[in-house]
Amino acid sequence: MDSNSQNEINESSQVHDFVHKSLSNRSISSSKNSGGHSLREVNFAELASKPVRHGSRGADSEGFSSSYKEMNDDDARIIHINDPVKSNEKFEFAGNSIRTGKYSILTFLPRNLFEQFHRVAYIYFLVIAILNQLPQLAVFGRGASIMPLAFVLVITAIKDLYEDYRRHRSDKIENNRLAWVLINDEFQHIRWKYIRVGEIIKVSANETLPCDMVLLSTSDSTGVAYVQTTNLDGESNLKTRYAKQETQVSHPESKMISGLIKCDKPNRNIYGFQANMVVDGKRISLGPSNIILRGCELKNTDWALGVAVYAGRETKAMLNNSGAPSKRSRLETLMNREIFFLSVFLVLLCVVVSVCHGLWLRRHKGDLDLMPFYRKSDYSGGKVEDYNYYGMGREILFVFLMSVIVFQIMIPISLYISMELVRVGQAFFMIRDDQMYDETTNSRFQCRALNINEDLGQIKYVFSDKTGTLTENKMEFQCASIGGVDYSNGKECVEDGHIGYPVQGGEQVLRPKMKVKVDQELLDLSKRKNLEEGRNVRDFFIALAACNTIVPLTVETQDPAVRLIDYQGESPDEQALVYAAAAYGFTLIERTSGHIVIDIQGERQRFDVLGLHEFDSDRKRMSVILGCPDKTIKLFVKGADTSMFHVIDKSINSNTIKATESHLQSYSSIGLRTLVVASKELSPILFEQWQSSYESASTALMGRAALLRKVATNIERHLSILGASAIEDKLQQGVPQAVKSLRKAGIKVWVLTGDKQETAVSIGYSSKLLTSKMTQIVINNNSKESCRKSLQDALLMCKKLGTDSLAAEINQLALIIDGTSLVYILDTDLEEQLFEFASRCNVVLCCRVAPLQKAGIVALIKNRTDDMTLAIGDGANDVSMIQMADVGIGISGQEGRQAVMASDFAMGQFRFLVPLLLVHGHWNYQRMSYMILYNFYRNAVFVLVLFWYVLFTSFTLTTAITDWSSVLYSIVYTGFPTVIVGILDKNLSRDSLLKYPQLYGAGQRQENYNKRLFWLTMLDTIWQSVAAFFVPLLSYWGSSVDGSSLGDLWTIAVVIMVNMHLAMDIIRWSWITHAAIWGSVISTFVSVMIIDLVPLLPGYWSFFNIAKTELFWMCVLGVVIGALLPRFVIKVVVQYCRPNDIQIAREMEKYGNSRRDSQLEMNQIFDPPSR
Amino acid sequence: MNSGTPSSSAGAPGSAESAAPRRNSKRPKYSRFTQQELPACKPILTPKWVISAFLLVSVVFIPIGVVSLFASRDVVEIIDRYETECIPLDSRNNKTGFMWSNADKTCNRIITVTKHMKQPIYVYYQLDNFYQNHRRYVKSRSDQQLRNPGNERDISTCSPEDTTPEGLPIVPCGLIAWSMFNDTYSLSRNNQQLGINKRGISWQSDRDRKFGKGVFPKNFQNGTAPGGAKLNESIPLSEQEDLIVWMRTAALPTFRKLYGKIEVDLQAGDVINVTLQNNYNTYNFNGKKKLVLSTTSWLGGKNDFMGIAYLTVGGLCFCLAMGFMLIYLIKPRQLGDPSYLSWNRNPGGH
Repeated sequence: MDSNSQNEINESSQVHDFVHKSLSNRSISSSKNSGGHSLREVNFAELASKPVRHGSRGADSEGFSSSYKEMNDDDARIIHINDPVKSNEKFEFAGNSIRTGKYSILTFLPRNLFEQFHRVAYIYFLVIAILNQLPQLAVFGRGASIMPLAFVLVITAIKDLYEDYRRHRSDKIENNRLAWVLINDEFQHIRWKYIRVGEIIKVSANETLPCDMVLLSTSDSTGVAYVQTTNLDGESNLKTRYAKQETQVSHPESKMISGLIKCDKPNRNIYGFQANMVVDGKRISLGPSNIILRGCELKNTDWALGVAVYAGRETKAMLNNSGAPSKRSRLETLMNREIFFLSVFLVLLCVVVSVCHGLWLRRHKGDLDLMPFYRKSDYSGGKVEDYNYYGMGREILFVFLMSVIVFQIMIPISLYISMELVRVGQAFFMIRDDQMYDETTNSRFQCRALNINEDLGQIKYVFSDKTGTLTENKMEFQCASIGGVDYSNGKECVEDGHIGYPVQGGEQVLRPKMKVKVDQELLDLSKRKNLEEGRNVRDFFIALAACNTIVPLTVETQDPAVRLIDYQGESPDEQALVYAAAAYGFTLIERTSGHIVIDIQGERQRFDVLGLHEFDSDRKRMSVILGCPDKTIKLFVKGADTSMFHVIDKSINSNTIKATESHLQSYSSIGLRTLVVASKELSPILFEQWQSSYESASTALMGRAALLRKVATNIERHLSILGASAIEDKLQQGVPQAVKSLRKAGIKVWVLTGDKQETAVSIGYSSKLLTSKMTQIVINNNSKESCRKSLQDALLMCKKLGTDSLAAEINQLALIIDGTSLVYILDTDLEEQLFEFASRCNVVLCCRVAPLQKAGIVALIKNRTDDMTLAIGDGANDVSMIQMADVGIGISGQEGRQAVMASDFAMGQFRFLVPLLLVHGHWNYQRMSYMILYNFYRNAVFVLVLFWYVLFTSFTLTTAITDWSSVLYSIVYTGFPTVIVGILDKNLSRDSLLKYPQLYGAGQRQENYNKRLFWLTMLDTIWQSVAAFFVPLLSYWGSSVDGSSLGDLWTIAVVIMVNMHLAMDIIRWSWITHAAIWGSVISTFVSVMIIDLVPLLPGYWSFFNIAKTELFWMCVLGVVIGALLPRFVIKVVVQYCRPNDIQIAREMEKYGNSRRDSQLEMNQIFDPPSR
Repeated sequence: MNSGTPSSSAGAPGSAESAAPRRNSKRPKYSRFTQQELPACKPILTPKWVISAFLLVSVVFIPIGVVSLFASRDVVEIIDRYETECIPLDSRNNKTGFMWSNADKTCNRIITVTKHMKQPIYVYYQLDNFYQNHRRYVKSRSDQQLRNPGNERDISTCSPEDTTPEGLPIVPCGLIAWSMFNDTYSLSRNNQQLGINKRGISWQSDRDRKFGKGVFPKNFQNGTAPGGAKLNESIPLSEQEDLIVWMRTAALPTFRKLYGKIEVDLQAGDVINVTLQNNYNTYNFNGKKKLVLSTTSWLGGKNDFMGIAYLTVGGLCFCLAMGFMLIYLIKPRQLGDPSYLSWNRNPGGH
């Protein structure tokens, strides 16, 4: 790469000249466009990044070449074709029955318990329950102490049981499906679960494959089979798989060959397979294109024979069947810090109690035996012994342990359960959200990870893939440049299908499934066979129709006279081109391995496919050699502009080439994906040369792929240009608005793409990420030193532009960096500088980045800041980034399910990110933070009330509140409302949140949960516990009240107080909230009454006695008002005098409608009008 | 939750469905519930509401406070602390020794009524510093045994007062019963006996269902350790009201228990002679003993706390109401005024 183009720091106004200079020696010249940004072609080293689209095929060729590596016998599995007994005798391969169910009837109890006790919280529970069983420490009754744990365990177990039951049921259905298997030279129908490795299986059209099998033979004479892999990776297009000629038979019942296959151990790589097959002493290598996987469906092929190589749980589908990754939310991490404080506090309380008890014992040492309420000695046994007294030291220890038991709920175990319930509830609402349902893919929002809902409210960085995420990944043919003339005035098909050529197929009319805009001028031109231009155009479209791997399928429609042609293929670009050709009357009707049939403007023509060089990432083009009906042999090549201009003969048509280049430049500047098409006529001699070298290459045993590539490069030379096509990768609906909202919400959107810089930049503009006012800083370097210099310059400029926020608002920065530069920056000392600079930029675009680099960029931010990161992508190349980010989102779109499988949440469209973050994320965060703080408060207040009482019982941990009330407190008395509020309360309506994205900042600034709030809550807790405890205490001091009655008073007072505290903070009161709050107060009364109806408990009837008195009710009222007064006052003062945005927005929701017009602009628009 | 078990197990059977046209749309069914749009009330703390709330609290609390203060003041209470006075002067150095001796424990006290007392006048004994809520103590009882004659041997929770040295079960067992209060009072006015009615001093519910009618005291106070009161073995527990009262363990270390009721009015200036048997030993833990005569009000006994607390809270709320009124007047803020939004207040920065 020439050095003068490196290291450019330009303000956009200066970019032009500079770029022009640097581009002067390059094939594509920069075209100006109104926005003033410019594009540069960058010479990059082809990194590990493969073009996204061809990922699967790229893997093909890799596997293809590497399968020649000698496989170590130890690492391989050996399969005897059609001999399952021998195949299985040495190693018992897994049978084909699958078990996704986790448990059997016998193992359910131990395994489930074992899994549940993986949580530390449960162990804490258990240890305390066990401690309580020791007679010296028995604080609670046995039942009361085990109940909460048992409750939680049983609930979880029931949930697991139900899920497992569903899995077992689907397993059973799956295992009992039928397949044709060759047994004793005869195909028999047997159940899937009995299929063994080594057996030969026959699959008919539209059947699902029962296991992974190597193709042996298909109904197609060339051994092609088409499969649909929707169940496996979600891709709905057809893929071609090949049977080897050596095993190909014409009839499924014909005599089967026997042989030996040596292949990999089972692994989860869907796109990789390597094996050798020995048939009749001949060794044949097998690659990923020779295997079809369980779960795929056979299409367009009458039958296929294969030998089972992986079965059951060893199939690739099952090995990939892993659950969602487990992440822990930020809030939960913070919460654990606070839980640590609480445990310190708990220990402190226990120490106070035990030390005081020790002092008390010492002071009364001599009196212990005489105190009627202590009575150290036991005289009943005849001999005088100490009764339940083990000396000071142990007494203190016991008191300490007992106080741990009594104060255990200081650590809010119930919080973990409530959090799970709340998350399930929140997930329910996210899934059901109308606005996050995608019509086109018929997919709802999916919550795959259930424990990071609240993180969605704190996102600061969004890392987005481009293709398929910002764009639809549905290609649409837009315009073409043919013979140096630009045809870009396409009109939508006005009349239903009358432009273009319906093709007569027998009695029926064939019509392409998708309609394409047609340029009338071009259409007219294409009909003129005699003109030079006309021939050129015809060749161009024949190339589009032929030079691909598309398979046409005909589909019935409601109208029996019309059938639709559906073009199936792996590349959406190719599909778009074939549809375009069809629209101009060049309809691909039939493709076999030997020939294709193209309907050229009503005339069916048969072309023999004499040779085909598939696309590979080195050549970046594909070519096809056609034997035309007029007996000429033509080579058609299509490929990326960079690679094509190297092989085009520049001496012919130099004007056309220049014109085409400029057209290409303008196409790509408006975000179109371009391909160049060229052709050449082959003389018979040249063809024969090619044919012989092709044959020798394709039968070569060593390095076949490389040889074939060489053959291809040899023939693809001295081409004459036909033209170029431009395909629009359409932006997804609502992307610019979504990006705008996210930016306004203070979220930085970074785009990481494998695409070219031009494409990335143009998508940046069309999605409103980049604006013309931004200062673009481009870093394209290929050495570490130049990278360092660029970064330093960039930082300098940053400083020059000013650092204060006002300046940042005016001088918005955009960083555009490519993968090559990142190679030199990531994982080196330059990382720090990149971070420093990038974090000042409003937008960062990374182009040509490899999957791992994507993850590296996410890590760059994640490791250096506390900000939450979110990655969103749709392809296999986004997986690493999705897993790296705090929140990973998969787009369930065109590119398969890999991203979805790795993600925490999955959805259909990029724009759903806005409701997801701004609405659900905001709510979830606010709800969860409040719920955590409230739970801390709720449990601590209760513990403190118990603690205060302990101070009046000579520190012996008597509780006035009954055991059962202590146990029921966090479940029945106060549990429901927190969960309901955690699921249902909304601080703002959806409309306000979407209207003022800035409100999202509350989560980013951690406004709803932080240390300050925690300590304030704790102070409030202490005050409330004092009020709740001492008001009744002082009212009843010196009276004849008994412990149980006062205990009931405390129970009722605390529960009402705690529920009123919650009620005070609820923002939306729907009937459910009312029911929960008042219901739990009522249920407390009912429970207390029931407990006091048991004559065997000391507190029998005490509630009824004390509730008769006025003093009781006065105490309850006094406690509630007195305890909540400070909180209420502070709340009012803060809301009135220092209102936060959320408060204002709430008020606006209620009162703002009337004066909306008169007020100043409520939200400033930072982005100037679009270009 | 379709959290996505992707799998062929879910996928393959599903393929039959997906082959069918897409008319079974997965679009979530619209309902106000699932869209979180349930009708709801969204209260906002407007100045009007805040001030009315504070005023309401003060309006409710101040009168209640005044009324309860008056009620408490109306209660006439006479307390006579006697635990020291009732030990002969020469024994005061060794009170415990005196209590253990067989000396006569009779003690005469004179109480002057200061104010007219309307009947019923409750006679309480008050113990200070007696931890009836001590963990060892409250657990040492057997409710089964008290209730049911068949459960006489249900004494596992009663140690150390569970059996006699011979191994016979004690009824009622446990420390609580063992330590029952046994001072007795007899009151006279102008040499005329004042009857103390000891019936109905315990809870009806306890007599009816908690203490068995067929359960009689057995082996009670026969052990080596001297406890408190002895019980008449011919009277069932359900009629031993002193025991029933005592077994309702007090919540706090300072407590009163009902001894009986005087059902005549006492006039101001009346002098009452109390003859008491100072049997109960509280000297070894500095427990105080008091005799209390008290009338009652709707609020219970004499306790000013409730009244003061209510007056304080009510007064405070009134002040707060005034304070907020001032704030609202001095610093008015239009609710829901978008110019207060942070991005409108200081444009440029988030």
